[in-house]
Amino acid sequence: MQYGGKIIAGLVIFLGLVSLPFWFNVGGKYEQPKVELPKNAKECVAPIEDMRTSHMKLLDEWRDMALREGKRTYISADGKEYTISLVNTCMQCHNSKKEFCDKCHTAAGVTPYCWDCHVPPKEAK
Amino acid sequence: MKQSRRNFLKFAGLSAAGLCLAPSVTALASEGGHGKAHEVVNANSLHAKRWAMVIDTRKLNTEEEINALAEVCHHIHNVPTIPTKQNVKWLWEATYAEAFPNQEDNYPSEDVEKRKFPLLCNHCESPSCVRVCPTKATFKRPDGIVAMDYHRCIGCRYCMAACPYGSRSFNFMSPRKYLDMDKINMKFPTRMRGVVEKCNFCVERLAVGEMPACVEKSNGAMTFGDLKDPNSNVRKALRENFTIRRNPAAGTEPGVYYII
Repeated sequence: MQYGGKIIAGLVIFLGLVSLPFWFNVGGKYEQPKVELPKNAKECVAPIEDMRTSHMKLLDEWRDMALREGKRTYISADGKEYTISLVNTCMQCHNSKKEFCDKCHTAAGVTPYCWDCHVPPKEAK
Repeated sequence: MKQSRRNFLKFAGLSAAGLCLAPSVTALASEGGHGKAHEVVNANSLHAKRWAMVIDTRKLNTEEEINALAEVCHHIHNVPTIPTKQNVKWLWEATYAEAFPNQEDNYPSEDVEKRKFPLLCNHCESPSCVRVCPTKATFKRPDGIVAMDYHRCIGCRYCMAACPYGSRSFNFMSPRKYLDMDKINMKFPTRMRGVVEKCNFCVERLAVGEMPACVEKSNGAMTFGDLKDPNSNVRKALRENFTIRRNPAAGTEPGVYYII
């Protein structure tokens, strides 16, 4: 171990630098973004927890089902029927993209390109 | 306890079996919550084995009439009007020579020579656009409609090169620049930059039990129905009239027929 000291010191500095972002945030608390839930609807197509964690999967399946297989009606687990449409169904309840979609997406640092084509409802001014 | 090789192998085998089973067990367990949730076809959607259109050009042949249809079509599908060669079109008009270049006569009747013909995607039986699409973004539905999945289109424009009818348009720029965003149809998406688009025989209207917008607007000059059903209105129109299709030599078997 001719260079043992230097190597270990180098390793410690390297690890310290690499984990810098982690140290910066240590102790900080993650706060879930407060999204605005629809006022005129009580329940969604699936339980809130499911929607929170896997709405992207559901939407991805829906878009193929609706467009490619022509299946445009969704029957939820509790037997209710919904028309499969981002703009005509989802956004009818969640009528503010800014207060609902964007809040989480901004916090999570994701930019889905849904809105390049689908027209979000007009925000009330 | 003394660990024997025999015991170790037994344990290893059981663990391996357990690992294989675990994913399917968790999958079964998670399905319990929304196991019944599924997608179905709309109850009131229209069905056919093969959708087809017959256009009576004796009734529908002026520029104004066809432009009125195009306007309706373009409005409900948020098709922009771009005043350059980069314009996007789903339905447009053309002369006989433009519509049927291989079936041209050198001394046509004055009547036919004056007529304008509405052109749209032909929704072919063997669509060349579908054959060449590398991502399967354009596909033929079982009911014969050639549809576009804009989520998958990568804008390579092979389909445009393959289409013998020039029915496809490329979005060279975001169409929203040329749309009045206050007046668009909020129920239908726009497209993004870099995808190819075309007429879709109004699949979104068929899905809710409505006829295509141009057919509805045409005052009976356009007939839309099931080509495979001998009693359908399109078959009746084909039986009673002489019809031609565009560019038969291309071998794509268009689904749009013109009564001359």
